[in-house]
Amino acid sequence: MKLLTHNMLTSHVRGVRPGGGFPLRIQATEVKVSNVDFNQEFVARMIPKVEWGALVEAAESLGHLSDLPPQLPPEYENNEDFLKKVHHVLLEVEVMEGVLKCPDSGREFPITKGIPNMLLSEEET
Amino acid sequence: MARGPLSRYLLLLAQENLEFRLPEIEALLSLCGGQFSSEQEIRINSPFWILNIPSEDMARGLMKRTVCAKSIFELWGQGKSAEELHTSLKNYPLEKMVPYLQSDSTYKICIHAFNKTLTQEEKIERIDALGFLPFDGKVNLKKPEHIFWILEDYGMDPNNIPQKPLYSYFGRWIADGQRELIESYSVKRRHFIGNTSMDACLSFIMANHGRVKANDVVFDPFVGTGGLLISSAHFGAYVCGTDIDYNTVHGLGKASRKNQKWRGPDENIRANLRQYGLEKYYLDALVSDASKPIWRKGMLFDKIITDPPYGIREATRRTGSPKEIVKAMERGTENHISTSSNYHLSDIFFDLLNFAAEYLVMGGRLVYWLPVYKPEYTEEIIPQQPCLKLISNCEQMLSSHTSRRLITMEKVKEFEVHLNFLLFLQRLAEEARANAFKNKSKTIKSEHTIAAAKVILKKSRG
Repeated sequence: MKLLTHNMLTSHVRGVRPGGGFPLRIQATEVKVSNVDFNQEFVARMIPKVEWGALVEAAESLGHLSDLPPQLPPEYENNEDFLKKVHHVLLEVEVMEGVLKCPDSGREFPITKGIPNMLLSEEET
Repeated sequence: MARGPLSRYLLLLAQENLEFRLPEIEALLSLCGGQFSSEQEIRINSPFWILNIPSEDMARGLMKRTVCAKSIFELWGQGKSAEELHTSLKNYPLEKMVPYLQSDSTYKICIHAFNKTLTQEEKIERIDALGFLPFDGKVNLKKPEHIFWILEDYGMDPNNIPQKPLYSYFGRWIADGQRELIESYSVKRRHFIGNTSMDACLSFIMANHGRVKANDVVFDPFVGTGGLLISSAHFGAYVCGTDIDYNTVHGLGKASRKNQKWRGPDENIRANLRQYGLEKYYLDALVSDASKPIWRKGMLFDKIITDPPYGIREATRRTGSPKEIVKAMERGTENHISTSSNYHLSDIFFDLLNFAAEYLVMGGRLVYWLPVYKPEYTEEIIPQQPCLKLISNCEQMLSSHTSRRLITMEKVKEFEVHLNFLLFLQRLAEEARANAFKNKSKTIKSEHTIAAAKVILKKSRG
């Protein structure tokens, strides 16, 4: 699971407060960093869609903060250095094994071989 | 005059997936910043279309994407007879021809006859008849700078081929389409496939109908083995998908190939993309139920391209094998309450359209297959959603009485909760009516409504 995906996911357990299922907390037992071609245009396009605070928090919790600032800097579109860091965090850092924990209910979603399992039982939805 | 003769192009199309061609060409021209336009009515089933395109660049842009068209030519002349063709060529402005006929250039002339095989003598005769054109360059058959084509149309009926062509065209070759992708992305040589993997040509058509472009985020909520993601990634979009089947997403379990029992260790969606050098476009594949809201609010996806697992509509289901129904039950839809043939909007499609309305960016597209039981098909069974506008609807036959339709919709309105509430009311009314019908009651009583409401609320998200 890449951190871009993590930034879009929310818990959907029944009874979660509105907005309370985001962001899922990551408890990783294996993190992999792989090389992905840098695409400046794509990264710049994705930043406005990203919940910045949640991204920084997730990167930090995995020990891959990569110097991301707590606040989104102004005029980042042409700041290649900054965009490369964001690229690294969004697309190159991957959680291979671990769990995603609902911040509200504590329900855990396992991540196996890099693939999160978001299924809930009938009673939980 | 706004439109000079230079804006006329001849498009040569492949004679398959006929219904899918016009929506593809329309979508691609709009993606290139133009719009579909033709002086004369397009003969929809003909392999030859004359288009008005503002620039050669746009024509090239179209051909970089199309899998329905083979080639495009700058049209210099046309006619219903050799005389008409020659007259038309003589009227084509000389200054438009001259740049391609210079004495220091090389060229060749090719001939294509549709629905007829020409002899070598006939071909030479056609070329010699064009001697009045001021070809000053040198003929080079191997590596010419300019290629000219004589194209002849002998109609559509192989049992009644006319002596002379119905139409003849002459033009300068501009570019070929992407037909070779059909071979290079063939499912036969793909690493990881499922029982229902989409034919390569159709999966490129889907991406084209969806106007998928570089740097888009494309999502498939029924991703299976990820075949549809491959065509989007080929066009430079970043892709992700979910599937309810854990084994499929993980590439576990029985193989879909004839001579192979179990899936290999590296059969998964990511490896599929890697096989084509597209791994950099892989975002993620997740195990999830498409009807559950696992995504946070926000316009997250540019395109949704998908092939939902099966037709839930009662009539469609009747034609399915018992095995399919069992499979569907395993997928967790056993609560489905499809009771009357009036009940058109099945759960899967209702959820899919609402999902698209909520999570697509404005102007984003949803492309999906809708299974249809043909004797009962009317346009009204195409699911609707107030935020989504129907763009195209193309049929592919599956058997004498079943088909599937490729539906393309575009998000034209912001998704709002009250709209969703109206939809809920509409659905409640339909299902209450269905309940009443089932209980052979002439009026809809409160218990019918309450029963329907309970079921809908249980199944709706949140």
